[in-house]
Amino acid sequence: MKDLSLHILDIVQNSIRARAKLIQIEIIELPELDQLIISITDDGTGMSKEEVDRAIDPFYTSRTTRKVGLGLSLFKQNAELSGGSFKLESEVGKGTKVTAVFGLEHLDRPIMGDLTGTILLLITDPQNQTDYVFKHQTPNGTFELSTRQIRQTLENVPVSHPEVRLFLKEMIQENLEQIQISE
Amino acid sequence: MNKIKSLADLKKLQTEVQSKIKLREKGDIPESLVQIKVSMATCGIASGAKETMNFFIDELDHQGIDALVTQTGCMGYCYAEPTIELTLPGKEPIVYGFVNKTKAQEIIEKHIKLNELVDGIIPVNYSSIDN
Repeated sequence: MKDLSLHILDIVQNSIRARAKLIQIEIIELPELDQLIISITDDGTGMSKEEVDRAIDPFYTSRTTRKVGLGLSLFKQNAELSGGSFKLESEVGKGTKVTAVFGLEHLDRPIMGDLTGTILLLITDPQNQTDYVFKHQTPNGTFELSTRQIRQTLENVPVSHPEVRLFLKEMIQENLEQIQISE
Repeated sequence: MNKIKSLADLKKLQTEVQSKIKLREKGDIPESLVQIKVSMATCGIASGAKETMNFFIDELDHQGIDALVTQTGCMGYCYAEPTIELTLPGKEPIVYGFVNKTKAQEIIEKHIKLNELVDGIIPVNYSSIDN
């Protein structure tokens, strides 16, 4: 993975596959503690304790199309390489929470990358039935986005409509600039 | 400084778009649209599936082709990522491998518009990809 936004896109795919109804993506920047915390919480099927233990094993996957599952292990590796930590919590029937802490100023921390593009891709998928809550917090402020609110506002206009897509893109971009997110 | 866009502005846009939106609702009848599924698992994302998907969305919209571009999981062709599954209305799905922007452009110009097959098809004998 080239950057953190791709990691987020990747980890969220796990939640979608676990048939989550609501996925919460939270990014918190704490310059005082030199931490960048990314957490992804879903209300999907969840995993048993054995599965949680095996999930970060790159040679374990629930898929049948291939024999490896690298998403979580790569995320964990990158977090730990930047002096951070990684945690995976899950309960069957309740959902899963993935938390990765990165060293904010650490040289080995991957860049944030195209976060706007990732959020946009997730929330404007025409066949997407999942709701998202996105939250990005920096010392300069917090940006929160809820697809439930967006859907309510749009009524029967689809989120994948080109004009809506363009609007949302600008809205996300401007808000992220406003709170001056780290690169 | 410009005012930052908010949900109130989205409401304004909604009213605007509503009045000119076509009666035919996308997604209700996906069979009548060009459907593109972009493989979006770890392997696909690492190989640039996000750029490919954005390119398809922007280019098809730009050219005014009604299409349904969605994400799907890994099809097991990790060596050939980014992969896409293209279904033209009333046709069998076709899987393409190594779809970068150049390839995507070629697929739009030849396959989608002229219905000519393009190099890079992965021969498959599956029925459908759900995961």
